[in-house]
Amino acid sequence: MSVLIFAELDEGALKKSSLEAIYYGSKVAELTGSSATAIVLGEGNADELAKAGRFGATKVLHASDPKLNEGNAMAYASVVAEAAHQEGADIIVLAKSSLGDSMAARLAGKLKAGLAANVIELPDLSNGFRVKRSIFTGKAFAFTALTADTKILAIKKNTLTPEETDAVATVEAFKPTLNEADFAVKVTNVEKATGDILLPEADLVVSAGRGLKGPENWGIVEDLAKALHAATACSKPVSDLDWRPHHEHVGQTGIKISPNLYIACGISGAIQHLAGVNSSKVIVVINKDSDAPFFKSADYGIVGDVFDVLPRLTKAVKEL
Amino acid sequence: MKILVCVTSVPDTITKITLTDNNTKLNKAGVQFITGPYDDYALSRAVELKEQLGGTVTVLNVGESDAEPVIRKCLAIGADDAIRVNAEPTDAYFVAEQIAAIAKENGYDLILMGRESIDYNGGQVHGIVGEMLGIPSISPVMKLAIAGTTAQITREIEGGHEELEAGLPLVLGCQEPIAEWKIPNMRGIMSARTKPLKVVEPTGKDTLTQISNYELPPARGACKMIPASEAETLIKLLRTEAKVL
Repeated sequence: MSVLIFAELDEGALKKSSLEAIYYGSKVAELTGSSATAIVLGEGNADELAKAGRFGATKVLHASDPKLNEGNAMAYASVVAEAAHQEGADIIVLAKSSLGDSMAARLAGKLKAGLAANVIELPDLSNGFRVKRSIFTGKAFAFTALTADTKILAIKKNTLTPEETDAVATVEAFKPTLNEADFAVKVTNVEKATGDILLPEADLVVSAGRGLKGPENWGIVEDLAKALHAATACSKPVSDLDWRPHHEHVGQTGIKISPNLYIACGISGAIQHLAGVNSSKVIVVINKDSDAPFFKSADYGIVGDVFDVLPRLTKAVKEL
Repeated sequence: MKILVCVTSVPDTITKITLTDNNTKLNKAGVQFITGPYDDYALSRAVELKEQLGGTVTVLNVGESDAEPVIRKCLAIGADDAIRVNAEPTDAYFVAEQIAAIAKENGYDLILMGRESIDYNGGQVHGIVGEMLGIPSISPVMKLAIAGTTAQITREIEGGHEELEAGLPLVLGCQEPIAEWKIPNMRGIMSARTKPLKVVEPTGKDTLTQISNYELPPARGACKMIPASEAETLIKLLRTEAKVL
């Protein structure tokens, strides 16, 4: 019995969400009286692997084959399945992400494992194995028993606040059998904003809606985001109008986020938008319409013109 | 081109969720059920591909008889026939088993569905089906073009997208902007009434997860209003009171 955590590298560094998953996995190991092993795929340096130890893994399996540098869900699922067999892991933990989600689904099929997505608390072991997960995009929670021998938990951001220690993990090279059929999908091109804070990983998010009146006005949103080291996001109409790229759209049919702080500028707060952001710890709403429904779901509100308020907030952040 | 589109019948996105039976059930009273929005994108693209390349579009739903209005609407949009597996879709593995069994029986070039159902947000079924059939699965797919037996696909990733190439058959989880949603016209609605809808009983009964009860999120406290003239105070409060900066 052990806990295996799938930890993702992004541009050579362990993703923040994966560090949360490692910490979560180490807590599950404590609860089940077992040990937490992290598995890292692709080339990565020793400093990054050591991080896994500081966040709670006692062992790190490193499959460093350069063929695994590209996040390939099918190949990754095969490697993680092989590692799970080797370690006798019956609980597999990962952070939700575009790669993690695809990998976990294949893995569930391979291992006939019960998969719970959007898990938001540590499991309850008092009667079987039960998790609390977010459903209806955060409009409700379901307590779900996982009855299969193998369980996969895909955790939502901010499920636990990780604590970093100076613990050291043993790093072992892991040499999986790579199966040619897992490389049937060829990546021909990748377009990714570099240097930006990735929205699903961000602790702070500044988001804007149609109240900004046009894509040319996004400068004031970006300035505030930059001052705060926040990611930028937008509402569905803004992405539908092509003012902003689709990967910034948060809401029920877009990206679901749970940052520490969500600042909504010129967004009225339709129920579908709220669904995607309502698990944020603190919500700030800035809107010139005092009747905007979003104020009812906010912690702090300013009734005012975003074109006046945002630059002043940016200035105040810089003066902190 | 033989295409299977798997659709869910889910509460409308504007639904306010309420619970019943001592929080062990979702309250369906007064809830409008719709085709899963992501499934709608998958269906619309499937119909476009059929118009472009010829072939057939079959709609598959794992659900009880109350899902039939959604299935009929899919037929009205342009699917040729439909299959309903008569079972409550309670668990991703179970649903995937049903889809895989039908796919094995009939053989499809493409199996499309939404990236996730908007009720349970699992986003697993396409991956499990792909695994069960031993073929690639890709999600979330924003663009799909077919040339011969090769698919050109754009998949959303964090902070951008990637372009992929893969041979058929494939399982794809779809999302916008793969196609414009199609709205059924009168002729479609009339013809949908007579298109075949086959009801089959489920195979296997492997459920690996079981929901015991539900909970609604706690209401947020009152919103603290800050006058626009003192907007700068917000930043101080976020640091000293909310402690998020």
